Amino acid sequence: MAKLPTPQQLIADRPAFPDKHWLNVKSEFTPGSFCYPAKKDTMELLHMPNPHEWDPAAEDWGLPENWERILCDAFADRLEKHRSLKLFMDICVRCGACADKCHFFLGTNDPKNMPVLRAELLRSLYRRDHTMLGKLLGKTVGARAWDKSVVKELFYYAYQCTECRRCSLFCPYGIDTAEITMIVRELLHEVGLGTHWIMDPVKNCSFTGNHLGIKPHSFVEIVEMLADDCEIVTGIRPKTPFNQKNAEILFITPSGDVFADPGIYTFMGYLLLFHELDLNYTLSTYASEGGNFGSFTSFNMAKKLNAKMYAEAERLNVKWILGGECGHMWRVLNQYMDTYNGPTPVNMVKPVSPITGTEFTNAVSTKMVHVAEFTADLIYNNKLNLDPCRNDHIITTFHDSCNPSRGMGLLDEPRYVLKAVCNNFVEMPENTIREQTFCCGAGSGLNTEEIMELRMRAGMPRGNALRYVQQNHDVNHMACICAIDRATLPPLANYWAPGVTVSGLHELVANALVMKGEGKRTLDLRQEDLPNVEPDEAADTGEEQ
Amino acid sequence: MFPSLLLVLLIGVAAWAGTVAGGAVLFGVVLPYAAFAVFFAGMVWRMFYWAKSPVPFCIPTTGGQERSLPFIKQNAVDCPSSTGGVVVRMMLEVLLFRSLFRNTQAEVCSSRAGGVRSTYYSSKWLWVFALVFHYCFLLIFIRHFRFFVEPVPACVTFAESLDGIMQIGAPRLFLTGGCILVALCFLLGRRLFNERLRYISLFNDYFPLWLLIGIVGTGICLRYFDKCEIALVKIFVMGLTQFSPAPAAGINTLFFVHITLVSTLLLYFPFSKLTHMVGVFFSPTRNMPNNSRMARHINPWNPPKQYFTYAEYEDTYRDAMAEAGLPLDKQPDKAAE
Repeated sequence: MAKLPTPQQLIADRPAFPDKHWLNVKSEFTPGSFCYPAKKDTMELLHMPNPHEWDPAAEDWGLPENWERILCDAFADRLEKHRSLKLFMDICVRCGACADKCHFFLGTNDPKNMPVLRAELLRSLYRRDHTMLGKLLGKTVGARAWDKSVVKELFYYAYQCTECRRCSLFCPYGIDTAEITMIVRELLHEVGLGTHWIMDPVKNCSFTGNHLGIKPHSFVEIVEMLADDCEIVTGIRPKTPFNQKNAEILFITPSGDVFADPGIYTFMGYLLLFHELDLNYTLSTYASEGGNFGSFTSFNMAKKLNAKMYAEAERLNVKWILGGECGHMWRVLNQYMDTYNGPTPVNMVKPVSPITGTEFTNAVSTKMVHVAEFTADLIYNNKLNLDPCRNDHIITTFHDSCNPSRGMGLLDEPRYVLKAVCNNFVEMPENTIREQTFCCGAGSGLNTEEIMELRMRAGMPRGNALRYVQQNHDVNHMACICAIDRATLPPLANYWAPGVTVSGLHELVANALVMKGEGKRTLDLRQEDLPNVEPDEAADTGEEQ
Repeated sequence: MFPSLLLVLLIGVAAWAGTVAGGAVLFGVVLPYAAFAVFFAGMVWRMFYWAKSPVPFCIPTTGGQERSLPFIKQNAVDCPSSTGGVVVRMMLEVLLFRSLFRNTQAEVCSSRAGGVRSTYYSSKWLWVFALVFHYCFLLIFIRHFRFFVEPVPACVTFAESLDGIMQIGAPRLFLTGGCILVALCFLLGRRLFNERLRYISLFNDYFPLWLLIGIVGTGICLRYFDKCEIALVKIFVMGLTQFSPAPAAGINTLFFVHITLVSTLLLYFPFSKLTHMVGVFFSPTRNMPNNSRMARHINPWNPPKQYFTYAEYEDTYRDAMAEAGLPLDKQPDKAAE
């Protein structure tokens, strides 16, 4: 990875708008500006159309001979399938309200990263084939023909959009660039163009149950190790139920949390919480992935990967599913799952918390509850013995992930939990949180190393807001509810606001959780010394009161 | 920008010259009829074209707290879970441009001393002038019913009295005429002077603005400067509405320019971005409730399920799973049989 410029340089280096009209500017594939291409055998294994080896930096991308026909037909097909696409192609007035809402535009100053122009890339093609004025007047009214450089341009900008939907919030007609980006990526996959960072997890998830390709026995082994770590910290070894039939609840979370720091601490948090509640639940090695990189590929691939959840819920005969902290996972679960793979198997029933008796009436159809909803309900009903003082060394802020914010509306539940487990909570500036939240800069399958500078650019608005609260309110921690965030925010914080640590919500919950029969806590889940712990001789005063 | 201005001027000049050369019937009768026919047919076709494609997924953009636990307050307008909430959201969107009201302006600067700083300012000018433009347009549209209906309905007279509330001059000055011109100039100005807007603006953006300026300009002239004989115009227009066109004698040439520009707008409308007028009602990110976990949304083209089943998974990993002590549907010895 190339050395990153300083933040000041990064922003000062943003080029001015080109002099040429955007239709005449071609994308340049310099190292660091693109994600590595998907491997041919990966694409073959997944039965993706037109698999081939290619290199984005090369002149020739090895497109199939009839690439133009394929793309035109695929585009026409998507127009027939999605009213949103027809509408978003037709009604944009180019008012520009979306322009400076995009984190990629703010970080790069590339005009084609303005959501309006990103959509125009496709709209210009739509005009030629699907509008009368475009057919008659061509370039005068912004219509253009397909061309290999246009395909390259679509690829370039479809992978500089994280499908965060921030622009769609501000658009007077609700035009959603995420929808357009998703469809452009679908089109590109029709001619065999995909990225390694997305297609490899898709392949793994297809055949091993999770993005990381962790096989069942290894999955068990890793989780057991995490349970061992829990024991070191708390003196209690949480139970780790796998593939248990007739459990009440199936718990599914992104596999990244089983594998990668700091997500593992969030996972340990789940284990400890569920153990303390004596929850009748099970993990599954088969449905061991909450995330869905298929949703960055095509609607059908998302459906395919998602299908395992209900299939496993049926096989294990569980009553309902509890879902862990993850962003795009919840976009799929909230807005797509029931449509893709519903109705739910007959063994599933309306979710009810076995601890509080609360009915989750907002999930009566999907029968899938977000863990933040679950925990907020526990706290509201006083079912958890919490000692937030254990998190007193933390002054935390909260990063709203794009998808739960703008594709679900999960805003106050995590805050409710966070405020109960941390005494020091500070919000970032109001135009950067809740429904107006800024992306981590690397969602939707862009969290890959080779585009680190681009990620730092796109992460600028988030990083800046974080730095603001760091400087003004001594914030030293950022909580989040997304596994991709837990992978992408640490480097972002390191770059834009060094000294801020990142964690999932349930890591903090477990740190504050006073468990029945636990040993004296001197360490947090990361096995770092807890501050304010009295020396041993005073230990008998205890923390459990 | 210039080609679109030129085109509007050209249309105006052609209408003027054509009328002077005796083509009043063409510009005053044939063209308006054709324009109305195209407008209505075009809009119906456009809506049908949109409606033909299904809405496969429930994809509202949630702009606030979801309906969740009883102690968490839902934002029922920006994140509606019921039809009632969606109706309120749409009303606010259509009548008050709620999303545009949110608009902010981001400023990013980098200084050696202060580091990088991004600031978000509230930015409501576009919202203000968009509202002014659209409401003035509506009022002017209503006012024009004076020419189409006899007797003049009370609501039209009321709209006129509102519009002329300042009671300046004779004929009384209508505020909307001036306001809409100011709003149009703002909308045009930001396309010319804002670098980003200039970069994204197309012929398709300038043309309707110039056209509207032309329509409003000729309208104002006809009322205050090149005053036309209202009675004659009304007889002429009523003739059109009753399909027995009256003679055009005695009506100003400018009137036919005005009519021609309006006809051009009607002709252009169904094939352009101006369809946002009805399109906004179709927008799935705004007109759907956020209830996709409560009620199943159906996708008419939902493909059959195809995935790596548990049985295939167990077949692939059975021995390793047995060794790890995982419960199995088929034990290794049984599976081998």
